[in-house]
Parts: sequence; structure tokens; C-alpha cells
Amino acid sequence: MSETLESYQKRWGHLRKVLERPGPFSHPEFEPSSEILDFIMTSCKILVIGAGGLGCELLKDLALMGFKNIHVIDMDTIDLSNLNRQFLFRHKDIGSSKAEIAASFINKKVPGCQVTPHFCKIQDFDESFYRQFHIIVCGLDSIVARRWINGMLVSLLNYEDDVLDQQSVIPMVDGGTEGFKGNARVVLPGMSACIECTLDLYPPQVNYPLCTIANTPRLPEHCIEYVKVIMWPKENPFNTSLDGDDAQHISWIYEKSVERALQFNIPGVTYRLVQGVVKHIIPAVASSNAVIAGVCATEVFKIATSCCVPLNNYMVFNDVDGIYTYTYEAERKSDCLVCSQTPQVMEINDPNTMKLKQLVELLSENTSYQMKSPGLTTIIDGRNKTLYMSTIKSIEERTRDNLNKSLVELGLRDGQDILVADVTSPTTLIIKLKYLVDDVEMK
Amino acid sequence: MSSPAPKSPEQTDKSKKYDRQLRLWGDHGQNLLENSKVCLINATALGTEILKSLILPGIGSFTIVDGEKVTEEDIGSNFFLESDSIGLSRAQVATQCLLEHNPDVRGDYIDESPEHVMSHTQDFFNKFTVVIATALPEKVLIPLSKYLWESNVPFVVCRSIGFLGYIRLQVKEHTVIEAHPDSENPDLRLLSPWRSLREHLESIDVALLDQKSRSHVPALVILFYYLTKYKELNGGLVPKTRQEKDILRKMIRDSPVADEGSIKLLEENFEEAIRYTNTCLAPPSIPHNVQAILDDDCCKNLTQNSPPFWIMCAALREFVECEETLPIKGSLPDMAADTTSYITLQQLYHRQAELQAEIIYRKASDIARDLGLPMDTITQNEVKMFCKHASELQVIRGSCIADEYERTRLDLSFYLEDPDSLMFYYVILRGLERFISEFNTYPGQFDDQVEPDVLKLKGIIGKLLSEWSCSQVLRDERVHEVCRYGGAEIHSVSAVLGGCAAHEVIKLITHQYKPLDNAFIYDAISSNSATFCL
Ligand SMILES: [Zn+2]
Repeated sequence: MSETLESYQKRWGHLRKVLERPGPFSHPEFEPSSEILDFIMTSCKILVIGAGGLGCELLKDLALMGFKNIHVIDMDTIDLSNLNRQFLFRHKDIGSSKAEIAASFINKKVPGCQVTPHFCKIQDFDESFYRQFHIIVCGLDSIVARRWINGMLVSLLNYEDDVLDQQSVIPMVDGGTEGFKGNARVVLPGMSACIECTLDLYPPQVNYPLCTIANTPRLPEHCIEYVKVIMWPKENPFNTSLDGDDAQHISWIYEKSVERALQFNIPGVTYRLVQGVVKHIIPAVASSNAVIAGVCATEVFKIATSCCVPLNNYMVFNDVDGIYTYTYEAERKSDCLVCSQTPQVMEINDPNTMKLKQLVELLSENTSYQMKSPGLTTIIDGRNKTLYMSTIKSIEERTRDNLNKSLVELGLRDGQDILVADVTSPTTLIIKLKYLVDDVEMK
Repeated sequence: MSSPAPKSPEQTDKSKKYDRQLRLWGDHGQNLLENSKVCLINATALGTEILKSLILPGIGSFTIVDGEKVTEEDIGSNFFLESDSIGLSRAQVATQCLLEHNPDVRGDYIDESPEHVMSHTQDFFNKFTVVIATALPEKVLIPLSKYLWESNVPFVVCRSIGFLGYIRLQVKEHTVIEAHPDSENPDLRLLSPWRSLREHLESIDVALLDQKSRSHVPALVILFYYLTKYKELNGGLVPKTRQEKDILRKMIRDSPVADEGSIKLLEENFEEAIRYTNTCLAPPSIPHNVQAILDDDCCKNLTQNSPPFWIMCAALREFVECEETLPIKGSLPDMAADTTSYITLQQLYHRQAELQAEIIYRKASDIARDLGLPMDTITQNEVKMFCKHASELQVIRGSCIADEYERTRLDLSFYLEDPDSLMFYYVILRGLERFISEFNTYPGQFDDQVEPDVLKLKGIIGKLLSEWSCSQVLRDERVHEVCRYGGAEIHSVSAVLGGCAAHEVIKLITHQYKPLDNAFIYDAISSNSATFCL
């Protein structure tokens, strides 16, 4: 060890004061001692998901809060537009892995800190990987990824005689920002509100109706969507699918959008707006990421050390007008799709007329499901039957006709279990059909 | 054959790098940022965290004033120092580390204490756009705050101690044109349409439209049509009460449907018209804050030194005296309609706004000329922007920190009546500063002095409260907690505060978004915060 004991004691003197002294606001189980800092530095293992705006800040914050054993996952590479806030990256790093560059920066800057990068998707790891961590922190811009990791942590829970084994709970601290707004939350899977319990907090994406963009455009966005959704597939200008990061593609969309806007006298198509609409760009600044990551890192420190009681359990931040925060307890949903341990029942008014297509739409559009491309299977007479699956081309073609069949025609009975797979969850969800009519004529 | 396609504008590397923030404060905000000069006093962890979130978005330059040398404790909490730099100038090491993070930003440092700089270099601090200070002792804070107040340089004072954070903004006068409110009502002037709008609206007989045209007519036209009908039936009066508006809403809902017989749902545009009855039937009024600005002495008594903001306000005042309303915003919210009907309406609003902005521009130019100011004092684009945001104008007049410290009576009793108020932490922080002045250490800095320091700090706080004639009693546990910190700076708490303070500085530089008025306390234990006006 290169550090002498004295310099070590001085260097970490800030943390030692709050860890080695009693405090009136600490957790009831808190016992001040030097062992807590030892635990943080030698045994405590933290996973950071995302090495972007929040991730860079989180890695710095955790490293200076004494954590030495940190893993970070990010599948992205560095882009020029990241540099206004993702401060661990330089111009020369453009194109490299975010996780790898961020890890090496921290390891170089904070002696003794060991950040292990994973340049891949979270879905590339299974439960044995996630089980090794004490706490997981998310700095993600994707709701799907957040839901997936949430589902993973819930799947790691052990229940014995319906009693949750506390040892199997891996706390998750989650942060998000958008412009000058942000939120931070602590999720104790199986114990407090999980991501799915509060799914309605995420607003549904704005979609312009097709007839508006095709026939009665009024906004510059309508013109851009028209070029993106209708003209691009038709003209296929570069013989490839649209890539928002390809300047040539954006230029083509821009030029065609300007033409269309001129034709309709619609003002306001700019290059920046075109990029924003095509890539669904969310504005971002360094300051909001610093705030939310700082709040998340503080919570990780509280959970790991019990030096004070953790956030219970949701904090909102907004500094558009002054500086505003609001803290409240998000509530568990008693029938949460993921964490409630209760079978999901879907009530069906009339299975004679309800088509499978409508069931798929319900799973996609209902605020408490919000699935992306649900695949449905079931068991009929002891045999597996795929009802519909859009993600694999050959199966999609084979099952497409089922979409227009009614539930009864498909042989689904009252009380039938439907197994649903979707990108938003690492595990298959079971939904039980409940028919509200008696006169179901099964063939 | 066909006309040449429009060329895509060339995007510079800079606009690509700053794309995500340009969507928040625009190229004009970025321009102000890139021309700003920021001074940081004391490169503590909090200090460098603030600068980091200013350097990344691209301020023009920074100067660090710090006479301290790097210590082991600094390395343990401050990311922007090198671990092998112990004993070197903290100002120098922090400057070098920070500069790595954005090659567009210039930075230098003064390896001297702020006291030394103040007493040896005249007019050092007043050349900055903003001055930021962290961990500043009272004896420097007070004269510096007076000096910056007189010089009209915004001053941001921050402190991070344990799980507690504090930000105080000192601005003599700060003006905001673009406040970017989260929500605002559309400005449609249906009750008093100008001539071209009125003529357009009157030319459409909604009741006579066939089914197809009916579903394409903008909600605004529908609302105006039935409003006119309502007025005809009610002696020219517009609906004011809820019941009266219900009658109007019913008229819209019951509007004859062209296609007879079959049951039809009300079209989307008619539903929209019903919704607009909630927000668009109030007579145009001038918001209190804007009226106060128009009545302000700075607006009434212009001088050669009046900034463009006040000259434009004076022009606006003349306009309002004449028209009795603010200029129209000129934007039309999206509503279900066919392209032509919508664009026709949109152009009417846009043209009216241009016309009014032109009038105000001429008035402002006349005022500037009468004051003997050069022709280019105010530009047409500036006035257009000003008129578009006339209803969100803000003037913030703060208070001088030195006054707050030297005042014999500080009326905090309103806040202190709530025993959970975070204002108690303000009182403790004031006590802490006095403790540092008296004993030259943080309370609880040494392990064997925690208990005695609790007593000393309680004594100091009791004295302060009685000086301010406050009768409230502080809960002991909070004093204990602050002594537990012993001056520790927790990095993640400084990171939170650093982000908050940096954005306040950006607001001050860009004159966009409304800054904190004027003190902020962050309690990281409960993750709560509060704002107080001192
Ligand atoms: Zn849940």
C-alpha cells in the first residue's frame, strides 16, 4: 500500500468525521466506527449503469465518497455533443467506449479506486452478474433499460413462505434529468415502490396523427415527421435505414422538410429542430446532472453506511425558477405488474369479439403496461402455443393471422394464463384472462 | 426543372458540442456565456464543482483567487486537484486541472488570499461578470460584499459543511426578459380583436359550414363565433361567471351538426373550442410584476446610463399608456384545423406582433436619441424578443450581505415559528461563521473538542438570536449535528450545491430564467431544501 496510515487518515478525514462520530439524525442501527469506511473501501461493490451525463458525475462522486470497487456498464460510444457535460471525455476520445474512458479517467485520478468498465448492454448479463453488487445506481436516459434492470432486481428476491428474505434485496438508486429538471429515487425492491409501480410518472411519447402529417400539416414538426415517416421509406435516398447520427441523412431530411414547409407556408423549420425531432433529443446541461448525481451518490453513501436515514423515497428537482425541490413517498402499487407477487388479471368484456390485436394494443398503450413489442404465448391442452411475436421475423409471419382472430377463436378460456415477453422486462410476465360474460361459446 | 433544393446550413464543431444546451438558452445566451469572466474565491471541493459546471458549457474565462496550499484533506474531497500536488498552490493546481475539461475556456489564478488581493489590487474584483466565493470568513465577506454591491457585480456566496449546504445570491439589480415559464396561457385577444383579425373571424359563418369544412375550422374561429352569438343574446356582455361560461360551452356543444340523423361525437376542434373557454375569455390584463416594472423609477427617470432593458421598458410604458394592453405575443398554439385556415390565422397574429414591435422599437429609438445615446443602443431584434416576452419580464433587487451581517435586528421570527424550518440551519451557519472568527477553527474540528465546541456554539447562537431579538429556541440536536461535521466537506453534497450554484451563475450571465431570491439551504439528510429572502 503506497499510502501511509497518516496520509490515509487525513485524506479521508472528511468522511471519517461523519462515520466515526455519533449523530442525532443517523439511522437507528448506526454504530460509529472506523470499520464502516473499511467496508466501503474493501468489500462494498457498487454497479453504475450508464456512463453518460449522470454516469460521469456518479463515478466521480462515488470515488470521492470512498467507494473503491465500482463497475460501470454502458453500450454507447462518445459523441461530440456529449462534451458539454460528460466531463470525463475529451475531443480525442470521440468514438471510444464511454464506460472504458470514464473508468480509466477515474482510476488514474483517484488512487486506489478500481472502476471496472463493461462496454455492452445491460441485457448481456444475467442474474449471477447482478447478484454480486451491494447497491445499483442508474443514470439512464432509457425508460426501457430502467424497467429491465428493475425487473432483474425484483427477480433476484427470495420469498420464504411469502416472507421476503431481506438478504436478497439489492437497493437501487435511480436518477434522471431533462433540461433544468430532474429526479432521484431510492427503490428497495419488494419493499418500496418500484419503477413499474410508478410507471404513470413517465409521460407517453408525443405522436402526431398520420392524417395530420400527411394532409393537414400546421407545424414545422409535422413537415419533418412527414419526411421521416413517409418520404424516407418511399425514396430510400441512401439505400439504408435512417441514422440520426449521419449528417448526410439529417441534411436530406432538413432539405425535404424545408421544401414541404415552403409548399404549405409553414414557418420555423430549422436544422436544429430537424435534428431534435429525428433523434428525439432531450436538452441537457452539466449543472442538472451534477445535482441529481450528487443526490444519488449521497443516497448510496447513506444506504452503505447507515450514517443517516435514506431518502424515502422520491425527490423532484427543478431550477427553472429559483431552486425548487420536493420530496415525497411514492407508493407501491398493490397489483404492480412486477413487484406485487399477485397474479395479473386482465378483464375481458367480450372474448367473442375481442381480437388478439386489441389485446396487444392494450399491453402497449395502457399506462400500467406500456410495453414495446409484447410477444404472447400460452399453453393449450398441455402444449405451448405462440399467439403472436413481432420480434422474430419468421414467427411474426407465421402468427400474424392470429391478430385478427378473437380470443375465443384462438381457443383461450376464462382464467387462461398468457405469458408475455417484452424488452421492458428480463422475465416473462403472466397475465390471467378473466371473462366478464358467461355465454362464451368455445368450439 | 425543379428549383434547387435548399442547402443544409454548415454546422460548426462548437454548435455540435453545445447542441444540448443551445436548446435551452439559444445562441444569444451562449454568446453572453462565452463573453463572461468569472472569479472563484477559494478552490474548495465546492468551488471547483461550481467552476466545472461553468467551464463545461463554455464561459469565456475564469480566475481563481486562493492563497492556500493543497492538503491531504483537499485531495480526499476535491476531484480537480492532483494526488501528488500536496503542498503546491491550490489555485494553480485547480486551474490546471479544470482547464483540461474545455479547451475553449481560458483560465488563470492568483496565488494569494482574497484579503491580500483586496488590499493590494484596486478594482480587481469589479472587472468580473460574476464573483463566486466559498468558505469565506466573515472578515473578508463583509467588505467584499459591500464593494461588489457598490460596483453592481453579482456575488454568489456558498458553503458546504457536512450534510448541509448554503447558497446566497447578492444582486443589486438583475433583469430577465426570457423567464421561460413552465406553462403560460395563449395570448389570443378574442375579446378585443384588432381589425384584420376581427374581419377574418367575422367572415366565417360556422353554423353554415358543411361537414368537412366544419371539422377543419380552427377552434378559435368557433369560439369567436359562439361568443358573438352569446353577446347578441346577452346585451353585448361577455360570459364571466362559471354559469355564464357553461351557457357558452353548451352553445358550442349543441351546435347544429350538418349530418342529420345519426348520433355524432363532437369534433376535436369543437372540443378544443370548449377547452379554450377556460383560458381565453379573461380580458387582457397586465401582470402585477410587469405593471410594477412600468411604474418603477428606473423606467420613469431614464438617464444616459440607463441600460437597454429600461429604455425598452419606457417604450413599452408609452405603448401601454396608449393601448392599455401589452403587445401581443404573436404565437398561435397548435389546434386541429386544415393547413390554410391555421396558417392564415397564424400569419394574422404574427403580423400584428411585428407591427406592435415596430411601434415599440420606434419609441425606444426615439427615447435613446433624446437621451443622446448612439443609434445602435437598441436593435430591432432585441425589441422583438422583448415584446414577445413582455408578460414575463422580471426585475430582481436583492439585498447586500454586509447589511444582513451588520443589521442589529434580523426578522426571522416568521420562519422560526415552524420548529422544522430549515431557517434554523441559516442561524447555525451564522453561528458557525462567528465561531470560526473567534476561535479560528471549525466547531468540532478536533475529536476531543466536540462536546466543548457544542457548548461554545450554542452560546454564540444564543447571543446572535438575542441580538436579532428572536425569542425562538434552537433544538440542540441540530447544533450537535453541525459540530459532528467538524468542518468536513462531503463531496457528494458539494456536488449537489455546485450544480445548483453554477446554474444560478448561468442565469445571472445569460439574463434568462429567474434566479434564486436570495438564500437557499439544502439539507442532505432529509433531501429537503428551502429558499428564504434575506
Ligand atoms: Zn412495483
